Amino acid sequence: MLSERVQRATGWRLFWYTMWARAYPRIIGSAREKSWLFFETVLPLMGTVSYVFVYRAIGAPEQFTGFVVMGGAMTAFWLNVLWSMASQLYWDKDGGNLELYVVSPGPLMAILLGMAVGGIVMTATRATIILVVCSLLFNVTYQVASFPLLIIVFAVTMVALYGLGMMFASVFLAAGREAWHISNLLQEPVYLVSGFYFPIKSLGVWVATFASVIPLTLGMDAMRQLIFAGDPTLGFLSVEVELVVLVVLAVVFVFSAMKMLALLEEKGRREGRLIERRR
Amino acid sequence: MKMEGEPMNAGLAIQTQDLGRVYKLRGPKQKGDPKTLIALEGVNLEVHKGELFGLLGPNGAGKTTLIKILATLLLPTSGTALVEDLDVVRDVQEIRRRISMVSGGETSGYGLLTVQENLWMFARFYGLDNATARRRIDGLLEVVGIADRKRTKISDLSTGLRQKMNFIRGFISDPNVVFLDEPTLGLDVTAARDVRGFVKQWMKENTDKTILLTTHYMAEADELCDRLAIIDKGRLLACDTPQNLKHRLQQDAIFNLKVGPLGPKPSRDDMLEAVPGVRQVSVAEQNGHTELNLILAQEDVLSGVLAHLNRRGSSLISLEKREPTLEDVFVNLVGRRLDVDTSHKEDGENAQ
Repeated sequence: MLSERVQRATGWRLFWYTMWARAYPRIIGSAREKSWLFFETVLPLMGTVSYVFVYRAIGAPEQFTGFVVMGGAMTAFWLNVLWSMASQLYWDKDGGNLELYVVSPGPLMAILLGMAVGGIVMTATRATIILVVCSLLFNVTYQVASFPLLIIVFAVTMVALYGLGMMFASVFLAAGREAWHISNLLQEPVYLVSGFYFPIKSLGVWVATFASVIPLTLGMDAMRQLIFAGDPTLGFLSVEVELVVLVVLAVVFVFSAMKMLALLEEKGRREGRLIERRR
Repeated sequence: MKMEGEPMNAGLAIQTQDLGRVYKLRGPKQKGDPKTLIALEGVNLEVHKGELFGLLGPNGAGKTTLIKILATLLLPTSGTALVEDLDVVRDVQEIRRRISMVSGGETSGYGLLTVQENLWMFARFYGLDNATARRRIDGLLEVVGIADRKRTKISDLSTGLRQKMNFIRGFISDPNVVFLDEPTLGLDVTAARDVRGFVKQWMKENTDKTILLTTHYMAEADELCDRLAIIDKGRLLACDTPQNLKHRLQQDAIFNLKVGPLGPKPSRDDMLEAVPGVRQVSVAEQNGHTELNLILAQEDVLSGVLAHLNRRGSSLISLEKREPTLEDVFVNLVGRRLDVDTSHKEDGENAQ
């Protein structure tokens, strides 16, 4: 055993192995500690329900119930990106894992992608439960204009969003501050400016344009346009234009994440930040 | 004349030339504090393939900094370092494919995963396929005697078992060069013995592989290392086999004395070091008595030492003449015992 010589994968195969290896703790973790099902679904479900009651109490148009349900489901992805991706490298450094990631031949980009893939399992479950339960509870009706387009918009939004998460991971680590402060800072304002619980169009062109940097802003607007076809309150831009912008964002964020990770590693090696730990 | 790109020496696993690392200090500073910390300075080192090489030094000596540079986690600020003839600055990915690193007391891994799963995850980072990873994990767990714990979550493991798991993580990928940074730190006697046994066995069965081990345990360095370097305050003070290092003191007479309390610190001229023929003195206060470790130029200097102690009102409790140890070598080179902590937030903490 001690003198055995082993073959080791390189290139794309190594990337693949690394990605799934890093996804594994997340996937298996969610199966082992089932308490998350309560905290990650029941509590956000209550938040979404309360928005529905507020809208009903003030006599908002009925279609707003559908907007809220969809927004409530999508919060899961934003929280996942903030707390399980952007902050994760920082916590991995604190826990002693980061330097082992860095010193291994597995690419850091594959590690980040593994976090994303692993996180999506839990997040998609949460989003689905909110969507199904609230739809049944409030009798939300959907008129989907195009299923294929809806799937494409959702997929591109996810790539752009998780690309942003990967970029944040480098920024959070480089900032050297407590990661949860930055996550807290970003969490609630994005709910507002990205229109999680109302159509983004109602914030006006300038705010909507500014907020479009967050992929969920245009992603949700496009998906709402496709799910609640013909609603006049929707459509900051047309679905096609929003899809193009999302594709651009996806490319820019993923490319920037790769560049920033390389820069971060170089800076970390130069300044000794990869090996320092708070004690 | 050596051409550019030509390896410095093909028979070497590790080679450094004038290697240095300076940290910029961060955080609130007192007036007059230095803004930089020299962690390594002018380090020249050659470690041969197949060698178990030790770095011996107190906390803060620069051992970990040197390992982190060689493991590509830290850039040197001066000089060069090669691992298997690859430059730690330029050939980062190629080096990472050939090395692994284990630090004593590390807390890596995920508590929710079992021992087997944690090791599998790291094996995959090194490109091992499933079958090979599982076979090697089972085999190595067997070797270190924790095969029965492979399905235990690591959050349920004792510190010692977790450290054993982390230790074998460093060997799963079959690396050419292994960096072991204080691998027995915090382990109980049995676990530390198991780890040392594993290291010896691995080196015996892999004559072309190399281990660079840092430790501040003299006995460990003496037992394991083919050669070792003594490092203090970022500088290499000596490099040789443990036998040769000890042989340097063979001409000297080394005594351990247990004496009554020495009383207040005398003036410089009245100190033990002032007795003719006394080369080194280290003093340790124990429960109600004082232990003196003396390196004397020759045996008959002892009478002068005893007379000196008598003048200071101290009485002799016991006396032992012994063979030189690495501790004596260290004291002789550095002027103090190894257990004196000279660290000043070294190795990256609060430094950049």
